Amino acid sequence: MVHLREMPEHLRDALLNQDVPSFDSTPWAGGPPLKARRVALVSTAGLHRRSDPPFTPGAGDYRIIPDDADMDDLVMSHVSTNFDRTGFFQDLNVVFPIDRLRELLNEGVIGSIAARHFSFMGATPPEQMEPVARDLAPILREDRVDAVVFCPV
Amino acid sequence: MPTVGISLVRAHTEKMRPPRALAVPFELGRPFGAPNQPDFQRRVLRAALELFDGHDTPPVLADFPDEAPGPDGDTEGWACPVSFAPPVAELTDARLIERALANEIALLRPWYDEAVKTFHRSAFGISGNSPEQIAGLVASFATDPDGTPAPIEGKPKVIGVKLCIDDLRYFYTEAAIARPDARSTDLAVANWLWGETTLGKVIVAIRDRLMDEADAAGNAGLKRLATSAFVPSHQRWRTRHG
Repeated sequence: MVHLREMPEHLRDALLNQDVPSFDSTPWAGGPPLKARRVALVSTAGLHRRSDPPFTPGAGDYRIIPDDADMDDLVMSHVSTNFDRTGFFQDLNVVFPIDRLRELLNEGVIGSIAARHFSFMGATPPEQMEPVARDLAPILREDRVDAVVFCPV
Repeated sequence: MPTVGISLVRAHTEKMRPPRALAVPFELGRPFGAPNQPDFQRRVLRAALELFDGHDTPPVLADFPDEAPGPDGDTEGWACPVSFAPPVAELTDARLIERALANEIALLRPWYDEAVKTFHRSAFGISGNSPEQIAGLVASFATDPDGTPAPIEGKPKVIGVKLCIDDLRYFYTEAAIARPDARSTDLAVANWLWGETTLGKVIVAIRDRLMDEADAAGNAGLKRLATSAFVPSHQRWRTRHG
């Protein structure tokens, strides 16, 4: 229903032609083999624990999702109405694949899982999120994270 | 910090050129494909993670080859498990609206409880209000926005109303999909909510009013919010402003 190819043409064109930032170069950070990496999930689905304040449009802030949090307690306060939520209602992993990450750890595909994951709300101008993202990087580094998976909606 | 991203809109990723991305052919809102498909979800996550190995020149943009698994068989003809009275015809009397919403909530409640058992969780609860409290708030805001107090402390009134509306929308939707049924696609459920319930009708009316208010005041921020945050694009034909 909200698959790009099934959108009305004018809505699809509006999405595809949306202004997005462009950059002169692409930064590159290497690291050890995947099986030795420590992985964090960073979602832009507006996820947070029920006790956290909901997201406010334009704020650009984030919520912490501790790896040992009760993941069944996560809710979603993303402002946009233009993506499917019925998948999320049935199974958190379709937006935030925490159980799948644990399975890959058990299979030895990755080295370890970060102590905490992070959630932003998309639909925020990227330049408003940049200072927050810069604050987040050292927090991830302190946790020895060397692999971040961005999970959009 | 080494990163890899799932890309739901490949054209955007091609322009932004992040270091590593996996483009997936899934619908917006489902970056790992489909609910309750752990093997498929794991394949997607693993394909993204494997971009950390074997590449040393950015940007790396790979394509996940497979479509998300869909429902087997007929996807037509879904019907909500609850039969409702027709939506309130005129949205002018707050008491009538609140009563109609309360009736819908009461009829959906057993299915919502079933959904919580089935899914082991619920997305309802972002506003901190009960469904019945939200019914009163929505009825009040639809008929007397200026006289309605901000429903969430510390949030602008319109944001609080939006969060309350989303909460009630989640309650309805979770109840509607509680019974495992391959035909309950999100479009079928949305057509029911926006076309057959008083809640859908009230949200459309609130959006119409906010759009008028934004235009009259030249308030670009309110216009952006009203345009995209209340009624999904596939249901905007029901609104006055489209």
